[in-house]
Amino acid sequence: MEIVSVTNLKKKYGDFLAVDDISFSIKEGEVFGFLGPNGAGKTSTINMMIGLSRPTSGQIIIDGINAVKDVKKVQRIIGVVPDENNLYGEMDGFENLCFCAALYGMRKAEREKRAKELLEQFNLTNAGKRPFRAYSKGMKRKLTIAAGIVHDPKILFLDEPTTGIDVESARQIRELILTLKDQGKTIFITTHYIEEAQRVCDRIAFIVKGRIVKIGTVRELLENAVSGHKLKLKVAGSLNGVKDELENHFQTLQVQIPDDNSILITSKERVALSPIVQWLDAKGISVYEAGEIKPTLEDVFIKITGNSCTKSEREKVI
Amino acid sequence: METAIAFWNILKKDIHNYYLKPPNISWGIIFPLSWTLMQLIRSPDMEIIELLPGLMAMSVLFGTTSMLAVTITFEKRAQSFDRLLLAPISLSTLVFAKLSGAIIFGMVNAFVPVAFARFFADLRGTNWPIAIIAVLLIAVTSALLGLLIAVSAKEVFEAQTFSNFFRFPMLFLCGLFVPIENLPSFVKPISFCLPLTYGTDALNRAIRGSSVFDPLFNVFIMVVFGALLFYLCQRNIKKNWIL
Ligand SMILES: Nc1ncnc2c1ncn2[C@@H]1O[C@H](COP(=O)(O)OP(=O)(O)O)[C@@H](O)[C@H]1O
Ligand SMILES: [Mg+2]
Repeated sequence: MEIVSVTNLKKKYGDFLAVDDISFSIKEGEVFGFLGPNGAGKTSTINMMIGLSRPTSGQIIIDGINAVKDVKKVQRIIGVVPDENNLYGEMDGFENLCFCAALYGMRKAEREKRAKELLEQFNLTNAGKRPFRAYSKGMKRKLTIAAGIVHDPKILFLDEPTTGIDVESARQIRELILTLKDQGKTIFITTHYIEEAQRVCDRIAFIVKGRIVKIGTVRELLENAVSGHKLKLKVAGSLNGVKDELENHFQTLQVQIPDDNSILITSKERVALSPIVQWLDAKGISVYEAGEIKPTLEDVFIKITGNSCTKSEREKVI
Repeated sequence: METAIAFWNILKKDIHNYYLKPPNISWGIIFPLSWTLMQLIRSPDMEIIELLPGLMAMSVLFGTTSMLAVTITFEKRAQSFDRLLLAPISLSTLVFAKLSGAIIFGMVNAFVPVAFARFFADLRGTNWPIAIIAVLLIAVTSALLGLLIAVSAKEVFEAQTFSNFFRFPMLFLCGLFVPIENLPSFVKPISFCLPLTYGTDALNRAIRGSSVFDPLFNVFIMVVFGALLFYLCQRNIKKNWIL
């Protein structure tokens, strides 16, 4: 069942069109990812959905509520983790969580119980008594996420949850996202890390320059990505002239020699290995290892954005 | 009930986090305090009662406006303000909570000069109910003025400097230290457009027993100013806070 539906959403800042007529929907209980480079319009989209900014045009329905008109009704059932760690530096971890819970009208006993639980869940119990401004970046991020779920929201918005933090905290955060999904929460996550999107998302929308250029489940996206098969052989021996000879001998193959001891083979059909290995062996080249190279979302992204996205923009994503 | 919990916790947090921030200490506490002491020390005992209404009005004005400049701009700049805008409480509840912190601070501030004046003067003739209502209404109107300024400012110093454009002229235009009758006639119309004029007049009646207008009239005018400013604030806030 669809819990979020966005239609023809646009956002203009002055003359600049930051979000350009996007439409998508999110199913209840899924992790939906918005993947795109910096400045693509991810935060602008989130801000319109959560009521921090007004759409220039378009419709947003969240859990049956018109999110453009009934902002406060929607805010009751959503949790938001913004891209900045915007808790109060003057207050400690426990106070911050209690304050955020109070904003949702939770009573004192309930607030304090929940705050303790969350500090424990995020391994922050010891830091609970220290002021937020003294936290490391990873700890700040974790507490900001804890604050976003303090009132047990039905739908969670995460804006770049792991950008700029240490590997271990990022791993914990990804695990937490999957735990929340198991609890039945619907999650909207934006990221510019392709790997992360592939790991945690059920469905992904690629957003570039304010437009959704592709949308689908991770599998769908991968299946469409690279037509054909790719093999990588680890070899030893002289590779001079091997490329042309191989291509002449096996007409269906395309061959690349990326370095002195590997051969990259691309083909439309599946490739039978033993004739190639035998042929190479006869040339005095031993094959030590052969593996299929699976397409990654990166390939998909490059394929899709090939024309509409410059190389440097693509590199930012990777 | 839920709204009350949110309201009270925002108020409590503002008091806890911002009362003692340096920009509030300098403009909200030290400035009115030193002005008060300066005036009290250089005046012969006789005149202290004459000075007290102006000193009280000034302390409220600087206290509330500087507190709002701090609570709004600090929180906006740290982006934690977004948390308040994301809470499922109405914008008016949020605005009221923010104003309340400043109003309480301003009212406490008003009684600092009273505490000093008690050593030098006899305050038994004061009509306290009128004085307290006047202080409250001055606090409300100046808090709204402070909010109007803070909404448009990006930095704390910007809000404080911009506030000074209003605060300092008001010290002289609103009868705090120079009676309105003594002002040149071309500035008098400006005086009558400022709510502080009526607040100070009501304080004069309560403390010195003499005033230009009837206290009820003063209260009425200040309530009207309050409503008008509240409307302007709401409009500006919707325009500036939700992009
Ligand atoms: N308040 C604003 N005023 C003007 N331009 C903005 C504003 N917010 C974002 N932008 C612009 O809109 C584009 C999209 O920004 P944003 O949504 O933050 O991208 P992302 O989150 O994908 O990095 C950027 O080019 C950014 O500079
Ligand atoms: Mg962003």
